[in-house]
Amino acid sequence: MNAAWPRRLWRLSTGRFGVVVCAIILLTAASALVWTPFDPQHVDIAQRWLGPSWPHLLGTDGSGRDILSLVMSGARTTVFVAVGSALIATVIGIALAALGALTARWVRESVAVLVDILIAFPVLLIALMISAIWGRSLWVVIWAVGIGFGVNIARVTRPELRRVLHSDFVVAGRASGLTPAQNLYRHLLPNVAPVFIVQLSWGMAVAVLAEAGLSYLGVGAPVTQPSWGLLLAELQQFLTVHPLSVLWPGLAITMTVLGLNLLGDALREATDPTLSRTDERVREPEVVA
Amino acid sequence: MIRYALTRLALLVVGLFVASVLIFVTLRVLPGDVAQLIAGTDSTPDQIEAVRDQLGLDVPLPLQYGAWIAGVVRGDFGASLITGAPVLAELAQKAQVTVPLGLLAMAIALVLAVPLGVMSAILRGRAGGTALSVGSQAIAAVPVVWAGMMLVVVFAVWLGWLPAQGFPRAGWQQPLPALRSLLLPALTIGVVEGAMLLRFVRSATLQAVGQDFVRTAAAKGLTRTQALIRHGLPNMALSVITVLGLQAAGIIVGAVVIEQLFSLPGIGRMLVTDVGNRDLVKVQGELLVLTGFVLLVGFAVDLFHRLIDPRQREAT
Repeated sequence: MNAAWPRRLWRLSTGRFGVVVCAIILLTAASALVWTPFDPQHVDIAQRWLGPSWPHLLGTDGSGRDILSLVMSGARTTVFVAVGSALIATVIGIALAALGALTARWVRESVAVLVDILIAFPVLLIALMISAIWGRSLWVVIWAVGIGFGVNIARVTRPELRRVLHSDFVVAGRASGLTPAQNLYRHLLPNVAPVFIVQLSWGMAVAVLAEAGLSYLGVGAPVTQPSWGLLLAELQQFLTVHPLSVLWPGLAITMTVLGLNLLGDALREATDPTLSRTDERVREPEVVA
Repeated sequence: MIRYALTRLALLVVGLFVASVLIFVTLRVLPGDVAQLIAGTDSTPDQIEAVRDQLGLDVPLPLQYGAWIAGVVRGDFGASLITGAPVLAELAQKAQVTVPLGLLAMAIALVLAVPLGVMSAILRGRAGGTALSVGSQAIAAVPVVWAGMMLVVVFAVWLGWLPAQGFPRAGWQQPLPALRSLLLPALTIGVVEGAMLLRFVRSATLQAVGQDFVRTAAAKGLTRTQALIRHGLPNMALSVITVLGLQAAGIIVGAVVIEQLFSLPGIGRMLVTDVGNRDLVKVQGELLVLTGFVLLVGFAVDLFHRLIDPRQREAT
């Protein structure tokens, strides 16, 4: 990975957008840990269904809770799920890719077939399957996205790993006496990292969508947890009377997903010198909620 | 071609096998006593024992799995733990909502994505092209639930053209109301999936424009659009078919969420309810059917791809 990539990333308008949106979400989540304008769970029937106004900037819901505060604390859940799934996807992705690239031929081939099969499992179905046992929990979402996206990462990283493995500099490293572990750390990882980071960025977008969808369905966030998907489910009952309130959590989800998607696109463009601007290949669509 | 088809068929069978094992093992081996889970926390030891008996949980796992699969092969997916109704019959009944919903959504996605995608590629660098590109990127980021809610607000609440929820009790015996109640759900899935498809059509078109044969055709005197349609389109069709296969999974997932939003009595809503009720026999049957469907579509797409692409045929 070339050291100039952060500057290249910032020079792309999509990259700037992605970085700024992700920073805003992170800051919101961090500040919601200690401060929100109102207590998000504070019920005040006298103040129900207020329109956007001061001091309730985005209005209130059917039990008088402040929607801005609910959306802000929902960001915490979103960041938690996105980071958690990214970590699990990383471990699973690296493990499967390494198994599929570095081991004996029959193991490699079986892992490749297994990955091809697992790819067909939509994240949402994995989540429903786990939820049948675990009940309603954010860990359902984290594990489902972690597994689903880990497999995806493995499929993209494996050929890259094999390509780098047979490249001249790795062969030279081996010849000059590096142990496999040293070689992995010094030559393999830096070359595979860009592909990996791009995938993670897209994976987190999937996690955000999955959290919203699954919490909406009642298999994600428990009712006490602030969550954008849960908020959508609660507001949906009054959709016909108070359509405006549904706007905010939905916008929050869309902006976050868009930010992460564009960040991934821009990261790929900034880190891959072989990809010219005219060569716009689109990634395969991801299957989520 | 036949050799390829057989290899691919073997992979499909392996895939179905692995999928069934994964579903079975996940639902039986994940931490927790399955019988206790099903019977509920305030159940007596006798009740738990009864559930254990009913599920055959005392038999070794491989035998339990064998019994399940043997039933599935014979078309017997077992019976619901709660109502006792056979799973397959209920799946077939709910499919009457989910299958038309999926097909309608797919049709809407195609009708939106193909022309707009080609247009967005042809207009690349101009205002219209940029607007289409940005718009599709943004819509692809919208969660399906929220897209549905927005469409309900516009088409059901404000305009009052279509019902906001529900499906006629008489089902397809009342074809027009049934179709009307599927329009908004299908539009929701179709628009979101269509936005993703549009980006593919666009990139496939852009690639086709850069190909030598399209340039040659243009040099022979065809206009760029003519060259694109006559020589580029068949090539684009190939990559679009591949993506359509992937979108089958997306449509299933969309249906699970959207059936909930619109209170449609389909497979997705049934699955969510059964997961909530811990009706494990039904859940494992439903999951097997849905993943089996995704694997089957993948198989069909690969075969079709091989069949219509002469370059791949020569390679085998």
